[in-house]
Amino acid sequence: MAQVRDVGVKDVEEAIYKLALDAAYHIPEDVLEAEKKAYEREKSPVAKKVLETIFKNIEVSAQGEFPLCQDTGLAVIFLEVGQDVHFTDGYLVDAINRGVERAYKDGYLRKSTCHPLTRENYGNNLPAIVHTFVVPGDKVKIIFDAKGGGSESMSKVQMMKPADGRDGIVKTVVDWVIQAGPNPCPPVIVGVGIGGDFERAAVMAKHATLRKVGEPSPDPVLADMEREIYEKVNNSGVGPAGLGGLTTCLGVHIEMEPCHIATLPLGINIACHVNRHKEIVL
Amino acid sequence: MAEYKLTTPLTDDDIIKLKAGDMVYLSGVVYTARDAAHMRMIKALDEGKELPFDIKGQVIYYVGPSPARPGRPIGSAGPTTAYRMNPFAPRLIALGQKGMIGKGKMSDEVKQACMKYKACYFASIGGAAAVVGSAVKEAEIIAYPELGPEAVRRLVVEDMPLFVCYDSYGNDLYEMAKKEWAGKFTTTA
Ligand code: SF4
Repeated sequence: MAQVRDVGVKDVEEAIYKLALDAAYHIPEDVLEAEKKAYEREKSPVAKKVLETIFKNIEVSAQGEFPLCQDTGLAVIFLEVGQDVHFTDGYLVDAINRGVERAYKDGYLRKSTCHPLTRENYGNNLPAIVHTFVVPGDKVKIIFDAKGGGSESMSKVQMMKPADGRDGIVKTVVDWVIQAGPNPCPPVIVGVGIGGDFERAAVMAKHATLRKVGEPSPDPVLADMEREIYEKVNNSGVGPAGLGGLTTCLGVHIEMEPCHIATLPLGINIACHVNRHKEIVL
Repeated sequence: MAEYKLTTPLTDDDIIKLKAGDMVYLSGVVYTARDAAHMRMIKALDEGKELPFDIKGQVIYYVGPSPARPGRPIGSAGPTTAYRMNPFAPRLIALGQKGMIGKGKMSDEVKQACMKYKACYFASIGGAAAVVGSAVKEAEIIAYPELGPEAVRRLVVEDMPLFVCYDSYGNDLYEMAKKEWAGKFTTTA
């Protein structure tokens, strides 16, 4: 029988604290690299200017005083827990929330959670949104995603008809991203979840935005769809900040799972050009 | 595409020379407000009360900044999505507001109001928030402090880079730009 490994929730709290601060001020390497490549290829003078401003923003932010974006997002956490892990010294989710609250306070990050109806701001950016997956092994992987409201609002789940098939999905995603236009702060990363059920399609779509930018799916059918959507979206002319150009998206990432014979769930989640996510394995 | 340096408050003469696609470096006072603050301002008008500032010639920046560090007037301060202000902007434009700063499309009613009363909607670069925040010289909360990041602030900015998005002639930069660049990715990139 496998040995059970103790992990103190204090360590999880510390990890979350550091990831949240790091995400707010430092762009992921792969995102910056994709933006630089886009800049080389870009032909629109306005788009070049927008991308230069984005690069300057990344530099200013990295000095640690001004976060990449004023909307420092809801704290979305993907937690992969090895089944041989035993959390000690407290309740895991409380520890996660403590890490988030401290980081948003100490890092001068904006607190953006509110009551859905009265719109009263809770002032602490809590609660964090935690997606937990039990996996083999005795490690804990934490992915921290600071998700802004502008790009999140340009997301949807659509229950497609099975007959819509591959081409129906491609068209739906392309049309959706183009109509979102400037709202999700392009150049964006498009996350797509196909199959599963209603809520799995949404979770896959968000998880897909966290893949290394532009890395194709290992499934050649999905990789082909990714390439087609990528080209069509970039042919829209929307461009960086929606001000015109060749760079509307930096990458399209699709995840897929089996679904019911009567359904074809489709989730679309858009990540903006700051796509703040950081991860660690404990 | 022309470039202008303008200082607030703006006049009809400032507005009529601007065309969609022009760049403007804006200096002077701008006021911040988002949905919650707009709802309160409209309520004040409905109740026959005064707005928290004189709106004539002013520019409202749709932003909810991140908290200021000690010794700084403000944190990061990029634009928020403007369509949420569609229900409010035309009424304020009719009262003399000359500009909105945000990101994303607004409504046809807003476009009409820009034409009728000579105003402009300026697009700022979403997510370039550290750049804008570090260019704000002064910031002061002047109304609704309980709204936190959504309180109305009076900012003094210097050379804030903006693109004229809706001008007073009914032009729309987003539509123009999309037309100009559509289909060019495959052929040129
Ligand atoms: S969509 Fe992203 S870059 Fe744009 S305002 Fe929101 S968090 Fe910032």
